[in-house]
Amino acid sequence: MRGFDVTLVEQGNLTHGTTGRMHGLLHSGGRYAVSDQSSARECIEENRVLRDIASHCVEETGGLFVKRPEDDEEYFQEKLEGCETCGIPAEVLSGAEARAMEPHLAEAIDKAIWVPDGAVDPFRLVVANAASAVEHGARVETHSEVTDLLVDNGEIVGVEVEHASGPGLRVHGTEGGREEIRADHVVNATGAWAGQIGDMAGVDIEVRPSKGVMTIMNVRQVDTVINRCRPKGDADIVVPHETTAILGTTDEEVDDPEDYPEERWEVDMMIDTLSELIPALEDARTIRSFWGVRPLYEPPDVGSTDPTDITRDFFLLDHDDRDDLPGMTSIVGGKFTTYRMMAEQISDHVCDRFGVDAACRTADVPLPGSEDFSVLRDYMDEFGLQSPIGRRSVERLGSRADEVLDTDGPNPVVCNCEAVTRAEVQDAIEGSGSDLNAVRIRTRATMGNCQGGFCAHRLAGELEDRYDEPTVREAWDELLQERWTGQRHALWGQQLSQAMLNYALHATTQNRDRDPADAPESVDFAAFDAGPTEAAERPGAGDTGVATDGGRDGD
Amino acid sequence: MAIESEVVVVGGGLAGGFAALAAAREGADVRLLSYKQSTLAQASGLVDVLGYAPDSDGPAADPFEAIPLLPDEHPYRTVGVDGVREAMAVFDEVTDRYRGAHTDRNALLPTHGGTIKPTARYPAGAAAGVASDDRDALLVGFEALVDFDAPHAAAHLEAAGVPFDVSGATIAFPGDLTADAKVTRYAKLLDEDTPVETPTGATRRARGALASAVEPHLDGAERVGFPAVLGDDDPAAVRESLAAALGVPVFEVPMGPPSLPGLRLEDDLYAALDAAGVSMETGNPVVDYEPDGDGASEGRIASVSIDRNGASIPFAADQFVLATGGLVGKGIGSDRERVEEPVFDCHVPHATDRYEWFDTDVFGDHDFARFGLPTDGDLRPLDARGGAEFENLRAAGSVLGGYDFAAEKSGSGVSIATGHAAGAAAAEAVR
Repeated sequence: MRGFDVTLVEQGNLTHGTTGRMHGLLHSGGRYAVSDQSSARECIEENRVLRDIASHCVEETGGLFVKRPEDDEEYFQEKLEGCETCGIPAEVLSGAEARAMEPHLAEAIDKAIWVPDGAVDPFRLVVANAASAVEHGARVETHSEVTDLLVDNGEIVGVEVEHASGPGLRVHGTEGGREEIRADHVVNATGAWAGQIGDMAGVDIEVRPSKGVMTIMNVRQVDTVINRCRPKGDADIVVPHETTAILGTTDEEVDDPEDYPEERWEVDMMIDTLSELIPALEDARTIRSFWGVRPLYEPPDVGSTDPTDITRDFFLLDHDDRDDLPGMTSIVGGKFTTYRMMAEQISDHVCDRFGVDAACRTADVPLPGSEDFSVLRDYMDEFGLQSPIGRRSVERLGSRADEVLDTDGPNPVVCNCEAVTRAEVQDAIEGSGSDLNAVRIRTRATMGNCQGGFCAHRLAGELEDRYDEPTVREAWDELLQERWTGQRHALWGQQLSQAMLNYALHATTQNRDRDPADAPESVDFAAFDAGPTEAAERPGAGDTGVATDGGRDGD
Repeated sequence: MAIESEVVVVGGGLAGGFAALAAAREGADVRLLSYKQSTLAQASGLVDVLGYAPDSDGPAADPFEAIPLLPDEHPYRTVGVDGVREAMAVFDEVTDRYRGAHTDRNALLPTHGGTIKPTARYPAGAAAGVASDDRDALLVGFEALVDFDAPHAAAHLEAAGVPFDVSGATIAFPGDLTADAKVTRYAKLLDEDTPVETPTGATRRARGALASAVEPHLDGAERVGFPAVLGDDDPAAVRESLAAALGVPVFEVPMGPPSLPGLRLEDDLYAALDAAGVSMETGNPVVDYEPDGDGASEGRIASVSIDRNGASIPFAADQFVLATGGLVGKGIGSDRERVEEPVFDCHVPHATDRYEWFDTDVFGDHDFARFGLPTDGDLRPLDARGGAEFENLRAAGSVLGGYDFAAEKSGSGVSIATGHAAGAAAAEAVR
């Protein structure tokens, strides 16, 4: 938008790292109103910006800080005052008023503070940002891992990337390859991976990755974000998200953002502790859990021992000033809600370096999907969709609804749990290649109750028009494995039943586990039954009650 | 006062059905208590006996040869090869519309994802589709039916090396179906041969219009496969009309839920139960039982009760068969701490840490797939010490443990064989 020729490289899908592994909270800043007021101020400012530029990614749920009798009254007052100081609208509710708003809240809750928290879909938001970048001329390469920084004469002059499947959209089976991308300046915005990138050029970037679990319920027990009003602690937030509610979280420092234990106690704690706020959670169904790694950064001289004490603020590291290594700037720390502000600062920094005067406009220009957004028309009739499906499609697509839903031919539902139609799936395939996990994050297909049990093969079928059979099969299997990975943390009660049903559907009916097409040895078809003889198979026999082949000849 | 029967069967799926049928045929007075629709609607309608032998990569050509290779705790080892054969003979007798009994060999059937799978019995409607038949095939899908993508299925079959040429075509199903029409809507149009409007604006009957839409794609194909929506009331007549119009045999490709072939099998089973004089009580769950007060050394069950709108209604019997299904049918339940059998609280072996219940690979060796009751040689559930839980309770079908029906493709066969054996043994014990 400011005139640079830009290439974005991402090691996996868009949102692969921490972004796709957050709880979906659009912070009002209330959570930091006591402990970290500068973060709180940034949050409320960006909260307002995102409601405006990305309205189709945000649900304005509001949030409550609820207090149980054992929670500190003084802290409650500090929270209220902190919100006021930081310019966060806040209102005190009695326990009864809070329960009138959210009937599942525990009887014991004695009061609450309302704040303008919201829910945000990180996938939709990032895809919209990438689409906007492409519209402005950027090149976006997913599944392209940075393998080295190119250094020439003590200056960083580009990156070497490994494309998993060739440049452009990801297509399974396409040969990958290395590419050197030369650039006047490299921006390292890799979050928890920032240290690894720094290592490639021998600079120290002290990221302190900290893991947190999030447990997804199969329904929304609440329509408002519920925070527990106490200083800090694990398992203190529930965020309504699309058809689900997400419970969070823990905060444990880890060494490697890609290799850390996902532990049973973390899931148990979410359910046990948050049941104190919402008793219905105790016996509710969870569909999966996932972990994210916070990209926390702390200047080396602070030395916090507890990750919960590390600031959520962000830092710009100019490696020229800091390490005598021109050509690269890192942006570290921060949080999802303030992503745009971080991007603005680093863009300002780069503009400054290259003498570009153009001002940043990202706080004002709506993202694709939120342009001129009015859903007053009757999309359901217009696109022949049943009303709940039409409503959800249009909520997801925002101002792109016309462009995506106006197709020739029928537009059946592909994913029933999340009401995703063929048109949306085809639009996502167009944007992301044969990668069904990329289709998933764009559409929410397979993200509901059945976790792909009933629709994974349908999504595979939707790839058929554009990709050959081995590509489709590989994409299909990859989706099944990805869906399994998170469900493993929810395997009891109804979700264990669901898992067994999915396993039975996929392994029994579809023989996906032992598909002869995947086997190295071909099947000896002649050794199997070639069908009843012609005589036994008179047309019309059988269904009319005439037994024709009850005998056994022992072959 | 409890309703009295000689044998009470709890569970109305394949296992419960075959238990009730076997007991009734042995002359017992049988009552079958069934809560919800069986899981047959979820199944493809193919009736597997054993598709894969243990430690073997490829499909098993002969399931009966593979049964003795199974581990001791497998339910097939309890009933034995002869027990399986005997039960399958009853199956063949009561389900006229099934094929495959002319040989011991498994057939390889194409399914809706385009994978072939081994199975022992298949609906007559699927018979012309078997993959060992070398006639060239055309698969036809319908634009709005997302469960079956014919070109993908055809290419997938070719990737498996089937001994015939196969192509796929996607056509618009004639008639004014909405984009999300249920499979039963397609079936009904074809059953009733309803007049429909064709793309040219003419009005024709559905079967003829469908055949005309398929004809341009035939291209020398010697058989034509459709998704399994070809009629519900009279599928044979629908196939016959289409075959006559196209001049080649027509078959159905088995699909996932809701599965018409599965529902047709359920119809056949219930007709057989009716004919055998089994009393049915459907729509309410069995929630509890009363032990016999006699104080015998091995416990006995006096009655089970269903919950009907909050009222507890007891059903007394001399012998009981538990056929409530596995994790899917909720015959096996679980919470974060344990796995249980909810009606009689029979012992279900399982690891105490729930993270040991599964494998990290989606199709790995999952413990949960084998959750269920261990039994003695008479199919009586065993307690943790290895004694019978109740002297007069037998178990059948997926409530049994020790086998992974999904991996070995044995679900229907185990249900039929153990159901039959448990029902016959219960009737024997009454005498």
